[in-house]
Amino acid sequence: MIRLDETTGNSVATAIADERRRMGSSATGMVLTLLVLASEETQADAVQAASLAAREHPMRILVFVARTGREPAHLDAEISVGGDQGPGELAVLRLHGKLAHHAGSVAIPLLLPDTPVVAWWPGTAPEDLADDPIGRHAVRRITDASAVTRPMRSLDVRQRGYQPGDTDLAWTRLTPWRSILAAAFDQPVGPVISIEVVCESSNASGPLLASWLHSQLGAPVRSFSAKAPGISEVRIVGELGEIAINRADGVKATLSRTGRSPATVALPRRSLAELLAEELRRLDPDEIYAEALMGLPAVAPATRPQAKPTTARPSRRTS
Amino acid sequence: MTAPLVNPLRDPRDRRLPRIAGPCTLVVYGVTGDLARKKIMPAIYDLANRGLLPPSFALVGFARPDFESQDFGQIAHDSVRDHARTEFREDVWQQLSEGFRFIRGDFDDGAAFDSLSTVLSDLEVDRGTLGNIAHYLSIPPRFFSVVVEQLERCGLSRSPHGAWRRVVIEKPFGHDLASAQVLNAVVDSVFTTESVFRIDHYLGKETVQNMLAIRFANNLYEPIWNGNYVDHVQITMAEDIGIGSRAGYYDGIGATRDVMQNHLLQLLALTAMEEPVSFEAESVRREKEKLLSSVSLPRRLELHTARGQYAEGWQGGLPVVGYLQEPGVPATSHTETYAAIRVDVNTRRWAGVPFYLRTGKRLGRRVTEVAVVFKKAPHQPFAAGDVSEMSNNTLVFRVQPDEGMTVRFGSKVPGTALELRDVTMDFQYGDSFTEASPEAYERLILDVLLGDPPLFPHHREVEMAWEILDPVLEHWATHGRPEQYASGGWGPQASYEMLARDGRHWRRP
Repeated sequence: MIRLDETTGNSVATAIADERRRMGSSATGMVLTLLVLASEETQADAVQAASLAAREHPMRILVFVARTGREPAHLDAEISVGGDQGPGELAVLRLHGKLAHHAGSVAIPLLLPDTPVVAWWPGTAPEDLADDPIGRHAVRRITDASAVTRPMRSLDVRQRGYQPGDTDLAWTRLTPWRSILAAAFDQPVGPVISIEVVCESSNASGPLLASWLHSQLGAPVRSFSAKAPGISEVRIVGELGEIAINRADGVKATLSRTGRSPATVALPRRSLAELLAEELRRLDPDEIYAEALMGLPAVAPATRPQAKPTTARPSRRTS
Repeated sequence: MTAPLVNPLRDPRDRRLPRIAGPCTLVVYGVTGDLARKKIMPAIYDLANRGLLPPSFALVGFARPDFESQDFGQIAHDSVRDHARTEFREDVWQQLSEGFRFIRGDFDDGAAFDSLSTVLSDLEVDRGTLGNIAHYLSIPPRFFSVVVEQLERCGLSRSPHGAWRRVVIEKPFGHDLASAQVLNAVVDSVFTTESVFRIDHYLGKETVQNMLAIRFANNLYEPIWNGNYVDHVQITMAEDIGIGSRAGYYDGIGATRDVMQNHLLQLLALTAMEEPVSFEAESVRREKEKLLSSVSLPRRLELHTARGQYAEGWQGGLPVVGYLQEPGVPATSHTETYAAIRVDVNTRRWAGVPFYLRTGKRLGRRVTEVAVVFKKAPHQPFAAGDVSEMSNNTLVFRVQPDEGMTVRFGSKVPGTALELRDVTMDFQYGDSFTEASPEAYERLILDVLLGDPPLFPHHREVEMAWEILDPVLEHWATHGRPEQYASGGWGPQASYEMLARDGRHWRRP
């Protein structure tokens, strides 16, 4: 690891290139630049996840840590290239004083030529991502509604400020659920009559799942909150049969379908690195996410003020 | 074919959802064999672990009773644990193994097939497999006809109600044109042509698919991909190992039938074929067949082919035995372990460009590559001495190991004198995309379950490949015997002479 104190963006870029040259390898394999907008609390986990994801997507990882305060504006950097961290390049940049408001000026000389730029806020994120000094360089902007103290409010913010290219890890977490549900629908279920989603009250993924099912299946959705971790149950009733996935203990999931023996299905909770790696696989706007996000008001859970009378049963239910 | 059922949760714009196979049962015949344990079972687990198999997936193992009475679940568990590419996860294993069934019986044992039939209909109800069945014949070709007959008798080859039936077979697809035709007739008599999937695992490799992407998605290469710019093409598949314990399979087959007939001619077709109209299986196949039909052998085979057998010696610092000393190989064997041939492609694009194919065992290292060697620049403004260290520009597709692509060109040596030397520019899959490139078998098994055939050779391609090679095999059978070559090197002297006659030389791969 190399430490550079009171440095500049250009010096950091030179230091990375020098380190590459010293190791005898070039950076031509890098597929993207990842800008991580972190705080001192979130940066360690974010660095670890990004470094692991870099094994699948070799990339330059630039972690910006804002240290707003009264000290004079300056930049401190820690650089590591290759080695145990995986094939990527990593620079943790601490922006002190007023510099914290001018992160863009540090980022520009460090962006890899011609390759996509992705921004990731592992914790709190600004309201308008696409207009953020860092976000505006990125084709893809990743937030995590589940990582903040008020996930539901965060989803509202994301919905109001949505721009194509935005995405949220609360949505990424749903991919295994969505693929099992989609696979279950390979057998005819008939027109869908009703949908139920049970999840923890502060879980941001549950409403997105409910909204996705609502928009794809066109049937009323009822959401319930439960104490079990994450999403614990999805039940879809069609004219020809019923599909249910139950994960009451948060670990082992069971798929039940009318006329079939219940089957164990794997619904592992994935690590941050796996989520990030999935997110980096496609860099074009995720229209399905946009639809699920926009449809959120239609599926507001029963315990919250209702936008539509689709949420009839106001009882709290635990499973 | 399945009636089109629109799944409301599969939106074509939803590109996060993986292509998951539909509900089905995979029946593996010869499930205790080497291939099943080392490749097929681990690949199925890896697919399940990546979430690409449906909850309604079931697997039936069928094996002959002469194996030790071991629990099928245990065999499967051990083979997955030892050979799977992805991490072993108990919950995934649990989900997968709930759908495992095992049938023990001889391949001509009608009762065993009757119980297979019962098990399959039980699975249809119990697991919801919708009666879709893929039969994977991981067995020697001599058993194909009995198994296929039994399947037909039990009604397992055609489906009564719109479910699909597929059959998967592995090479060798015969040992000459006549035997290939017999084999195809056996399989085609019971299964429809579209439902026969011939596995050539090379075609499942990322690089092989990438050859099509490089050639047809870019504008950079196609203009120079012809006889105006290309001098010749070398296609190499070298193995560093000997035949090991496979004498029973290998002796009498040899390198040409084992590797050249399928892998090398398929690589040739993908390198040289015209752009398909689309990437639909039928269009790609049509171009490959067109290309294979334009391939011809030189008139004087003794000047443009070479073959050999590896001799006793040292390889990579270890003493190794020669082919004729391998256990199970008769001392008089004429089977070649090295084969090299020149073929010409009689099209406007490739007129005058020879394609050299070579394959062998116990060579310098394990490598498979396609090298497109370009002509020298028609004029050099540099002094002769300055360019003396420069050779032809070359573009190499590395199929294995280190999947990727290399471009070789001349560049100025730093310093005051103007001197040029070859340098290489490298693209490595592992660098730009992921260490998690799936195994070829994963890709191919998934394609079988999805019914996606572009990567599988059609029986016409197989027969055309035999038509190309049969004259070489006949010539060799009647002319002398294979030359001994040093283990750990790059083949017999005759192979060097064969290229020297054309004023060329083999690349060291």
